[in-house]
Amino acid sequence: MKTSNFPKCYKKETKPNKFCPGCGHSLTLKTLGQVIDGFEISKKMVFGIDIGCSLLAWDFFDIDTVQTHHGRVVPVIKGIKMASPKTVAIAYMGDGGGYAIGLQSLLHSAKRNDPITVILVNNTLYGMTGGQKAPTTMKGEVTSSTPGGVFTDDEPFMGPELINHITKGKAYTARASVGNLFDLKRKIQEAIMYQINGKGFAFVEVLSMCPLNWKTDVKNTIEFLDKMEKVFPVGVIGKS
Amino acid sequence: MAVKVKAKKYLLTGNEIIVQAALDAGAEMFCGYPITPTTEILTGWAEKAAKDKNLLFLQTEDETSAGFTVIGGVLAGKKAWTATAGPGNILMQDPMSMAEAMRLPTVCYIGQRGGPSTGTVIYSQQEVTLTRFGGNGEGMRIVYSPSTLQELYDLTIKAFEAAWKYRFPTFVLGDGYLGKTLGDVDFHKKPKNYASYPFVQNGEINNLRNTFSIEEELYDNLKDHFKDFTEMSKDVSECEEFMLKDAQTVVFAHGVVGSATKMAVRELREEGYRVGLFRPITLSPFPSKETIRAVKRAKRIVIAESSYGQFGRIVREVLYGVTDIPVHRLYRPAVGIMPEDIVEKVKNISK
Repeated sequence: MKTSNFPKCYKKETKPNKFCPGCGHSLTLKTLGQVIDGFEISKKMVFGIDIGCSLLAWDFFDIDTVQTHHGRVVPVIKGIKMASPKTVAIAYMGDGGGYAIGLQSLLHSAKRNDPITVILVNNTLYGMTGGQKAPTTMKGEVTSSTPGGVFTDDEPFMGPELINHITKGKAYTARASVGNLFDLKRKIQEAIMYQINGKGFAFVEVLSMCPLNWKTDVKNTIEFLDKMEKVFPVGVIGKS
Repeated sequence: MAVKVKAKKYLLTGNEIIVQAALDAGAEMFCGYPITPTTEILTGWAEKAAKDKNLLFLQTEDETSAGFTVIGGVLAGKKAWTATAGPGNILMQDPMSMAEAMRLPTVCYIGQRGGPSTGTVIYSQQEVTLTRFGGNGEGMRIVYSPSTLQELYDLTIKAFEAAWKYRFPTFVLGDGYLGKTLGDVDFHKKPKNYASYPFVQNGEINNLRNTFSIEEELYDNLKDHFKDFTEMSKDVSECEEFMLKDAQTVVFAHGVVGSATKMAVRELREEGYRVGLFRPITLSPFPSKETIRAVKRAKRIVIAESSYGQFGRIVREVLYGVTDIPVHRLYRPAVGIMPEDIVEKVKNISK
């Protein structure tokens, strides 16, 4: 019996995974798993994860995985890459970890053009703590810390664009969406190849769903993601 | 079997000595952020790394990142370390807490400076509590307190050995007086260092975490740490007992204040005062048994430190219920203590 088309690098005993129904993390991680299988790098890589919902992936793969602190996965992964240049080093984090508490480390790693791959999942809020405003919260968006859509008059954070700007296009920067898994897969492939080919820092922001904290049904979840894709343009922003 | 040690005398500053000690202990990677009074350790290592491609160096964007990058290096199997001070020590607690939780060997030199906040930049003994207990945990850390330049060298080497042997975050708690003093020191390259080892890419699949979803699961995990810490303590804890045999007054001091006290004790002895020094070399694990033994025949205790009782609190906790002899305090937060300060204090209370 064909059990599934699950990636081979999945840790089977931890499935079904710990993410909420409808969460975009499972789709992103499955896509990443397919890329890891395709490149046959599961034994040559270290997967670093941040705090927030991403930490639930600490035993997601049969792959060396290190769960770190909030906003700190980038320096840990950088340290691993520094000490072991042949290791494929991938950091996985949320928008709060990357664009708020860990922004300083993210930007400096990009500025140094560290040869690591960073995958950042953007769902416009802090999922693990119950849906508070994040740097990516859109104007007028209702979250548990922006009741009625107030306190959201600032611009949502444009991460890949910022990194592209400060690295003068040297880094690979892209945005994809769980609404288009083929495109997401291609960008994760490119971002990992960027590291393997020694071209430097590679960053993919993934637009993702959080129906639990968005308080949306299926239809409204898809509409929310469509709206996100209008605010955060999907595409390759920069590469050399 | 006695280990043959090749000794050679050098004239160097404390900060230069620390760098040499790290190299002699097999350190391969340093990540740090400039902060007085430990900046020369960072620049000193940078100079070494510029000449030796086997040495890794990164000047990070802050101390938090320095500590986490060190952790990355350690995970990948390098002997990685850092150095910081004061406000940097505060930021360093984020990564050190992770090292404590995941039992990762790390070495961090602390050059204590005056606090709270930015304070002063050269000297204090006010980072005792922060260094011992800085995380949101139980302080499962090894902390050495060197009192001389030679000890700075010897204890830095010991710190690397202890860290990789016992897998607790390990600190060398110095200060800017020590770091910036020029003096002579014997280097001895030990033939064998405790080897480093990778925690990832080591032939197994490692899923490493510091998060737990069930309280009892974390508790079980911590119980193992406590057990290991207690077992390690008897091998690691160290102290100096100086002229204690017939001492009626026992002065407790650590670090450079310990050196000042030693001079004071010598002077007082010449004048006939029966005084001795108890100096813990490890502030964690603390030499508790020896502390209790030290006061057995004493009539009074003096606790001397350049802080407002951070060290005194440890001593008094160990001695609680053991003795009711008077405890005299010579607390001078963020200022130096000279031998004459101790001589005067001992004379006053011996009247």
